[in-house]
Amino acid sequence: MPVRMRTALVPFATLPLAACAGRQSALDPQGLQSNHILQTLFIFLIVAAVVWTAVVVVLCVGLLRRKRSADQPLALHQGFERTSGHVVFGLGLATLIIVLGLSIVSYAGQRTVFAKDEHALTLKIIGHQWWWEVRYEDDSPHQSFVTANEIRIPTGQPVKVELESADVIHSFWVPSLTGKMDLITGQKNELQFTAKNAGVYRGQCAEFCGLQHAHMAFAVFALSPDEYGRWRDHENQSATSPTDPLGKQGEQLFRARGCALCHTIRGTLAGGQLGPDLTHIGSRTTVAAGTLPMSSATLGAWIADPQHIKPGNNMPRMPLQSGELIALIHYLEQLK
Amino acid sequence: MEGIWRTPSGFFGALMSVDHKVVGRRYIVTAFAFLLLGGILAVLMRVQLAKPESTFLSADKYNQIFTMHGSTMMFLFAVPVMEAFAVYLVPLMVGTRNIAFPRLNAFSYWMFLFGGCFLWMSFALNVGPDVGWFAYVPLSSLQYTPTKRPDVWAQMITFTEVAALAVSVEIVVTVFKQRAPGMTLDRIPLFVWAMLVTSFLVMFAMPSIMVASTSLILDRLVNTRFYDSSSGGHPLLWQHLFWFFGHPEVYIIFIPGTGMVSAILATFARRPVVGYPVVILSLIATGFLSFGLWVHHMFVTGLPQLGAGLFTASSMLIAVPSGLQIFCWLATLWDGRPVYRTPLLFVIGFIVIFVMGGLSGVMVASVPIDTQVHDTYFVVAHFHYVLIGGAVFPLIGAVYYWFPKISGRMLSERLGRWNFWLAFVGFNVAFFPMHILGLIGMPRRVYTYTADMDWAHLNLLSSGGALIFALSFALLLVNVIQSLRSGTLAGDNPWDASTLEWATSSPPPPQNFDRIPVVKHRDPLWFDTESMPVVGGLSVERREVLLTSLAEAEPQVREASPEPSIWPLLTAIATTVFFIGSIFTPWAVLWGTPPMAVALIGWFWPAGHKEDEE
Repeated sequence: MPVRMRTALVPFATLPLAACAGRQSALDPQGLQSNHILQTLFIFLIVAAVVWTAVVVVLCVGLLRRKRSADQPLALHQGFERTSGHVVFGLGLATLIIVLGLSIVSYAGQRTVFAKDEHALTLKIIGHQWWWEVRYEDDSPHQSFVTANEIRIPTGQPVKVELESADVIHSFWVPSLTGKMDLITGQKNELQFTAKNAGVYRGQCAEFCGLQHAHMAFAVFALSPDEYGRWRDHENQSATSPTDPLGKQGEQLFRARGCALCHTIRGTLAGGQLGPDLTHIGSRTTVAAGTLPMSSATLGAWIADPQHIKPGNNMPRMPLQSGELIALIHYLEQLK
Repeated sequence: MEGIWRTPSGFFGALMSVDHKVVGRRYIVTAFAFLLLGGILAVLMRVQLAKPESTFLSADKYNQIFTMHGSTMMFLFAVPVMEAFAVYLVPLMVGTRNIAFPRLNAFSYWMFLFGGCFLWMSFALNVGPDVGWFAYVPLSSLQYTPTKRPDVWAQMITFTEVAALAVSVEIVVTVFKQRAPGMTLDRIPLFVWAMLVTSFLVMFAMPSIMVASTSLILDRLVNTRFYDSSSGGHPLLWQHLFWFFGHPEVYIIFIPGTGMVSAILATFARRPVVGYPVVILSLIATGFLSFGLWVHHMFVTGLPQLGAGLFTASSMLIAVPSGLQIFCWLATLWDGRPVYRTPLLFVIGFIVIFVMGGLSGVMVASVPIDTQVHDTYFVVAHFHYVLIGGAVFPLIGAVYYWFPKISGRMLSERLGRWNFWLAFVGFNVAFFPMHILGLIGMPRRVYTYTADMDWAHLNLLSSGGALIFALSFALLLVNVIQSLRSGTLAGDNPWDASTLEWATSSPPPPQNFDRIPVVKHRDPLWFDTESMPVVGGLSVERREVLLTSLAEAEPQVREASPEPSIWPLLTAIATTVFFIGSIFTPWAVLWGTPPMAVALIGWFWPAGHKEDEE
């Protein structure tokens, strides 16, 4: 039986500590594609179990059965030699039939899993060492926006992700929804999937991409279509300027201390392109691509010394007074 | 006669040796030393993964360690150890006095040794490769890894490939031209057949990786841009070249294992292996098919769907020849009278484990299933079942089986049984849980994971199994050391086996056989129990081997066999300087070649045999 992830589905409003969990298991299918794949896997698993058991039984019986007694290795029984020849040939033929059958099962599964829907909701995902850029693109530029490390999709609707890489090869994998697909430098790949049920599904880079490959996670939030529409409208808006003095100080620090060189916050002068877009960072559930759950403490720890939490990542350590750090955290947290 | 074939005494004499048994022994010991090193790395990784968010190893160390583990096991242990056994055994099994091209053989060993030491010294100096044993571009390109680490990896490949190609040529020529009179194609022992097929695989597969790794070095050293997509190259070119080698590589490791299984099985089931021609045809079919399925390593790179589907079918098809061999072995055990000595235990363990690995291989061959399990611990489990089950278990069985021939002393049966059971239990406890870990979402090559991923228990279990498995190898080492000191003397043929290596003393004399045997049956020692016919006429004044015809092994000509020489070692040193220099500067190609040319001229300087001048 499938081993079920024990992680409960956490409503994403109350995320704090279990935030980077979410389901991440091929045995816990929550999408049309992952479900098909699991069915194919079960067919293969049953065949494999039967074949393996048969081999081990024959092996054991063969070892334990009563044998001819003479110790004369070349005194072979012609009858056995003939029969065993036929049996080996027959079993070889059976193997051939089984693998051809399984090839057909596999190809049928493959066609279903990779079936394309013209009307799918399209997102572009760009892999970076070691985070995910997520671009919601629309015919109208006013409806297009960029976010990072969290993907929100409506349930029941086919989603197409276009996969590209900004540097080395990565692989996009959300096992609870579908199988993986590589993000390859200089090539455009795509993958389609449909979430059946609302929930948080964790994904992780599956192709070794350098020092912090282990810390390149993301989450897919499958929302009801209504909820998704509300989220999209909200996410599309620019950041609201802080009104309190601490927030204003934080905004000023964000520009003054170099953060804006790499990060964009829409609606402000911060327009850096190297790091994740932070327009709505306050509503994200994790810090540093699924490395830590989001909280004031973890965000502060990350900004204070990113190289301690994720050694080798591209975010430098900026010298900040503790008061400045508090202002910066306060500012970022209100970017909901 | 013993005098003219003897390796010269003293330290320099040892460096000059061209005796296939001396070189083979060194090869085996060196390959096992690398197994020990690679195994220690595996244990370190299992310690790191035993609990979530462990800080035992840093990300950088872990990445170096898993790269070193894979590279060491594949390039410095698995392939060389199989070739090492062939270098030692094939000339004995076909009844000749030395391997073909014995100086090339010595050169091959030195290249392997220097390449391996180069890799491990780099690791000790913190320049160990950290881009995986597959070194995918663009991660391994200069832009994303500006250190010398990928160069070390790529050049180590060149060393080991030169060594492997050399041995393959020797094996093919030895088998084709130096078989004892009467050893027609259908009387060649199955192990020798397996090594013949393997040697052809090496010759066709290894050039692909040499092209790949050399282009990578060129990209990094002189900016050639084979793999740079911004200049018309493509990263997938690397993957195609790598796996066109990488998949046959698996069979280069596994096919010798099947040869060992066939040899051990015949001896301990007390009858010839059922279906000798079926086994040979299966080996050859496996060899051919192994070149037609490399794409199954690339199912998630966005290939056209129909093409990927065809590679599913071709990948699964290899189950047919593998299956036929298994059925032949099962039939052999069914009819035979098994003698439960340690080598047979390892062969039985092999069948149980390898069949499971083969079946999980059928699963990963399926495109839809592979999209889930690719690059997860499921695949890690799969290929350890195939490689450890399919090659290492037969290999350890082979160590117990042929150790008496090589050393003249028996290994302890009591320790052997402990060794087997610890290995069998430890292996399964270590690797079976990885199937489940992969399915519940654990990717490969991650140095750590968080506690809320639910992977901790299975990882801890796996790490425990790994320690038991490691212990089994420690027992093997103890057994070998004890036996070398005080093992029971073996005698010529302790197992009453049927092939020619058991017709001479243990260990064999430098000339292998005082007189070349004449073969009248596939199992010569079972057929001629009293005395074996021999052929005379080879010189007793100088080194000579008998060349025979390819198919019927009719005697054709007496051929001189080279004397010991220091030149292969000097050539290997010159080549090593050239190879290592050329990862730092292209000018090494210029100043590195004259010493190689000098060494080669010395090597090929005519020896001036009397007979040659007549």
